[in-house]
Amino acid sequence: MASIKDKLSRNLEESMTAQVEKEARDLELSDQELFSFAEYDEKEGEKTGYSNYSYWGSTMRMFLKNKGAVLMLVLMMAILIFTVIQPYLPGQMDPNLVNTDAQRFIPLRNVPPGADFWFGTNSIGQDLWARIWTGTRTSLFIGFSVALVEAVIGITVGVLWGYLRHLDFLFTEIYNVLDNIPHTIILILIAYIMTPSVKTLIFAMSLTGWIGMARFIRNQILIIRDRDYNLASRCLGTPTYRLVVKNLLPYLVSVIMLRMALSIPAAIGSEVFITYIGLGLPATTPGLGRLIEEGRVVMMNASQRYQLIYPTLILSIVTISFYIIGNAFSDAADPKNHR
Amino acid sequence: MVKYLTKRISRSLITLFIIICVVFVLMRLMPIEGYFKNFDKMTDSQIQAGLKEQGLLDPMPVQLVRFFQGLFRGDLGVSHSYRENVPVTEVLRDKLPVSIKLGSFSILVSLFLGIPLGTMMARFKGKFFDKAGTLFIVFIQAVPAAVYYLFIQMYGTTLLGIPLLFEAGTAKSWILPVLSMSLGNIAYYGMWLRRYMVDELNKDYVRLARAKGASGNTIMFRHVFRNAFVPLVQYLPSSFLNTVIGSIYVESLYSIPGMGGLLVTVIKNSDNNMVQAIVLLYATVGVIGLLLGDIMMTILDPRISLGAKEGGR
Repeated sequence: MASIKDKLSRNLEESMTAQVEKEARDLELSDQELFSFAEYDEKEGEKTGYSNYSYWGSTMRMFLKNKGAVLMLVLMMAILIFTVIQPYLPGQMDPNLVNTDAQRFIPLRNVPPGADFWFGTNSIGQDLWARIWTGTRTSLFIGFSVALVEAVIGITVGVLWGYLRHLDFLFTEIYNVLDNIPHTIILILIAYIMTPSVKTLIFAMSLTGWIGMARFIRNQILIIRDRDYNLASRCLGTPTYRLVVKNLLPYLVSVIMLRMALSIPAAIGSEVFITYIGLGLPATTPGLGRLIEEGRVVMMNASQRYQLIYPTLILSIVTISFYIIGNAFSDAADPKNHR
Repeated sequence: MVKYLTKRISRSLITLFIIICVVFVLMRLMPIEGYFKNFDKMTDSQIQAGLKEQGLLDPMPVQLVRFFQGLFRGDLGVSHSYRENVPVTEVLRDKLPVSIKLGSFSILVSLFLGIPLGTMMARFKGKFFDKAGTLFIVFIQAVPAAVYYLFIQMYGTTLLGIPLLFEAGTAKSWILPVLSMSLGNIAYYGMWLRRYMVDELNKDYVRLARAKGASGNTIMFRHVFRNAFVPLVQYLPSSFLNTVIGSIYVESLYSIPGMGGLLVTVIKNSDNNMVQAIVLLYATVGVIGLLLGDIMMTILDPRISLGAKEGGR
């Protein structure tokens, strides 16, 4: 806060000095200039003030100023692109293929990282490199899907809840009940009852995730829905959906992006947790959770520790970069920080 | 105040009622294997007889009413595969003290470390300590707990020579589980306390105190800290109860014979009655934690007026 205040006062000072200097310059005008008639120019009269302020331009500029976040974004994009193109690269192995020795027909178990297997093999002889990228793809897919479902349901419910006055009481009561239910417990219960698959995990995580988002949107909408510019829009006969989409939602971009960015690492973390307690994805669909669980089993054996370290390394890079990018973007998207 | 409390408590009761009903109905959708010790070896007629004996063939509302009647008598059914035919409540009674002891330690550690962390970060805002603390908080928040617990266990046991599994007798084996359970809370308390204190620091009364010539430390600890702590109080009962009842992941990692570890075990054994009882216990504790948090808020902070009309002009 202090730094923003400092900046503001510095700006004010600068503009005041500029003003004084300009006034001083004006005084130096000759008498003829000062006391001649001004011509009426129709074109000049029609001119209106405009600013070249662009919301997304300013957001981009503020975001690019944050060097750490930009670095994380580049890293993140590299990982994202790589997980997508990895299966199509030459020389990649099937993540579920158990590699065997060509001469002796025994599985190549726990081969340390080397030329053949870049990240080594796991305890039944599957290529860890292929499994890690497949797992990252699965986990990121779960994360993105959960974030998307949360955003869609959360925004829809939040807008209805905040905008329609007579629904407020009903929604608030429902919220108070739903919010009291511990999220981990719902996750465990749903995963326990349904057969584990990517779809059921996404379902179980989305079931509770939207609640927080809806509350957030509702509170913001309640604050801005009766501001003057919205009142003016309504008086001019703007249809409600247009009011919501054009006037209200752009205001909330920073909040929405932050919550979406944070729910991706949270979803990945939940997947790791749910796999550990034995309710995760089947072994043939490796997620990062499955790989970490496989690594955990052998982690006390120093020579096989790489099986835990590689997946956790990738997972940590992904979650930390989402966290930092999310925070940096939400700061940048907040118009109060634009100048 | 009284009106607010009755409303708040009845809301918690309704929530609990809904949770119990939903959990109960969902559990009936489970495969019936979870109701028998050795399901594979039983014939169809034995299974039918067993189901009938346990009252599982009755219509759902009848079962639900019976379940509520049992609940009020403190009867949650019997365990099937975990400890055959032992009442669930008895199993839980053995497990709960371990979790409570461990959780209390962990909550003490997190308060003793988390509050100074947040206070010092606010005190030295923008300095090295603040930056280091922020780094720690970001790390703990961004990396899933499930991951850093593993590293604590791995390096804690190899580098410090602490036994891998928990033994109640040896003091050394308490260190890693308590540390693991505390880290999240430390980061949480630290982050919020710093934020609230920084907010308070910008207020007028701080400027007044400074103008009066109060020293930096007096302002920090006598004025700012007290005000900043109030919003944090709301979260304390929840985090206390959730920690005390046992961290599912940590307890299971170190084979601690507590509640959390038990949940993982019975899920893997698919012992339906045990899962149902523990899930209900965790849900109840979560609801009570939020309720206590709200009540503590209203008692501690006189600025919050709930009746809206009370004491009005």
